[in-house]
Amino acid sequence: MSTLAIDKAGPSRKVKLGSMSRDRTWALRWSYFFLVLFAIFFLTPPVYMLITSLKSSAEISAATNPWWVFHPTLSNYAELLTSNQFLRFFWNSAIISITVVIVTMLISIPAAFALARMKFWGSATLATGVFLTYLIPDSLLFIPLFKMLAVVQEFTGITLLNRWYVLVFIYPTLTVPFCTWIMIGYFASIPKELDEAALIDGASWLQTLTRIFIPVALPGLIAATIFAFTVSWAQFLYPLVFTTSVDQLVLPVGITTTLIKGDVFNWGQIMTGALLGAAPPLIIYAFLMDYYIAGLTAGATKG
Amino acid sequence: MADVALRKVVKRYDDVEAVRGIDLDIADHEFIVLVGPSGCGKSTTLRMIAGLEDISDGDIMIGGDVVNDVPPKDRDIAMVFQNYALYPHMTVAENMSFGLRLKHYPKAEIKARVTEAARLLDITDLIDRKPKQLSGGQRQRVAMGRAIVRNPKVFLFDEPLSNLDAKLRVQMRIEIKKVHQKVRTTTVYVTHDQVEAMTLADRVVVMNKGRIEQIGTPNELYHKPATRFVAGFIGSPAMNFIPCRLEEVGGTLQIRLTDRIAFPLPPARAARYNGLPRTDRLLLGIRPEHLTEAHAHLAPGVETFDTVLDVTEPMGMETLVYFGLDGTPVCGRVDPNAGAADGAPMRLAMDLNNMHLLNEETGVVL
Repeated sequence: MSTLAIDKAGPSRKVKLGSMSRDRTWALRWSYFFLVLFAIFFLTPPVYMLITSLKSSAEISAATNPWWVFHPTLSNYAELLTSNQFLRFFWNSAIISITVVIVTMLISIPAAFALARMKFWGSATLATGVFLTYLIPDSLLFIPLFKMLAVVQEFTGITLLNRWYVLVFIYPTLTVPFCTWIMIGYFASIPKELDEAALIDGASWLQTLTRIFIPVALPGLIAATIFAFTVSWAQFLYPLVFTTSVDQLVLPVGITTTLIKGDVFNWGQIMTGALLGAAPPLIIYAFLMDYYIAGLTAGATKG
Repeated sequence: MADVALRKVVKRYDDVEAVRGIDLDIADHEFIVLVGPSGCGKSTTLRMIAGLEDISDGDIMIGGDVVNDVPPKDRDIAMVFQNYALYPHMTVAENMSFGLRLKHYPKAEIKARVTEAARLLDITDLIDRKPKQLSGGQRQRVAMGRAIVRNPKVFLFDEPLSNLDAKLRVQMRIEIKKVHQKVRTTTVYVTHDQVEAMTLADRVVVMNKGRIEQIGTPNELYHKPATRFVAGFIGSPAMNFIPCRLEEVGGTLQIRLTDRIAFPLPPARAARYNGLPRTDRLLLGIRPEHLTEAHAHLAPGVETFDTVLDVTEPMGMETLVYFGLDGTPVCGRVDPNAGAADGAPMRLAMDLNNMHLLNEETGVVL
């Protein structure tokens, strides 16, 4: 009787284990299915852009298969890369984005450190407040911002409107709150004993920040840097509003305003410009991704 | 190196008083252990000495100077944390030398000090590794190394062994003791583990609810506890507390534990307790090692009684026996060959020469 019971118990347990691994297999299959679907959905536009950028205007307008290049040409690339205008947009975008990243970091890092560690009256409220400012959309802000800059320009006599450098002051309103918020989280995750140890070792607050917190929270800092750069590089509304002269334009606005003339769309160059414009953030992501993912805090404390 | 003194030190968090006016004198070179249950204020006291917590009232002195408002970096102290708090991006050598580098010590001296500390702690081979490449015990050694290279006036240890496994804890305990014997730096060590406290300390400070219950050498605390808390906290398994009363029968003072168990007190004890009012509610405090199997020849002051054991725990070199006396659970320690078994009757002997008598209401040892 007891043998029979064991025999019965044996297979049922096996089935249970089997069902667990089968569950896992199916979960993986579904994951792959959706990931592939997701990848196709998001990679189709860039692939289409690449295909179009390799076509001449005649081939684009011809009634041929839009997903195939019959006479590939690099003329769009050659024309854009030798065009002073395009290089000017590129240069404006680069200088603005890099400056914005630097300005953002200079403000966000000390702000996040103060809000995360130097407990002072109202610090928690202030931290939430910083994040809330990020939630206000730029489409609501650009009119009052424009008005403000016009007033400042009128009073000081310093030309601010229609100058690329004004964007260096405006973009941080988008990047600083979010980057500060990200870094508050990273700094808060650093064990408190680490700054106490530094404090006892004789470090000042500034030394604790520069010699302990910044190196330890490097993945967070890089995440914030990537974010600030991407936001600045891809920003469309503010440059569209605040800059109008061709020599002051940044890449996204420049491409759409100069390559679309009336109802004539220079599709080949638009796609080429957009692809070239997407290259810098892509390169930055590729280089910094490892850092971004690596957990540098491993080994600081038990765990 | 320096002495440390606490004068009526108070720490308040809003309405809660975490430390309630403690006085403590720590001599130069002394190894003091603050011990007590969670929330007794021991860590807060240590952090106040370190300068990581402001003090609400009183004075803290290091080397005779009041340091109440002196920032941690100027107190010339070093601290070892429970979770090591090593800088994860620095190598062992960089971790150890961080404080010296901040103070712009000459490179040669930094190297000499780090090498010496590494040799002392037996971590010379690990000097170029990052903390994540080290085991828990190695990390704790590095944390100690970081404290030693500074050559501070006072070492502060905040439960440094709590994160280690039992075996490593014993090993590190010995290491810490050896290091202290070599460097002789005044040390304040916080732990909730009474074994750690007893084995490491020159003097143990038992804390409870923000107050000091008793200060004394490990032996004093074990053999002459001042309160029920100390008597119960120090020693494992803990001291038994059995409700009892004093009565005089035929001119002899005796202690009654249950209706059927009463023992005459040894003369020395009888003389000591003679003046106590017979109406007081008392507790007999007796350590498990003074409740053993009964031998044929009993020493004076040792009394026997019969009981039925509830549970036995064979520990190898001894067997712990648990039984009840009128509903009070009691633990004794008997020889593993004494024949103790679960549910079996047994004749036990109580050594009343080592008994304690406590006032049940006040918890004071009489």
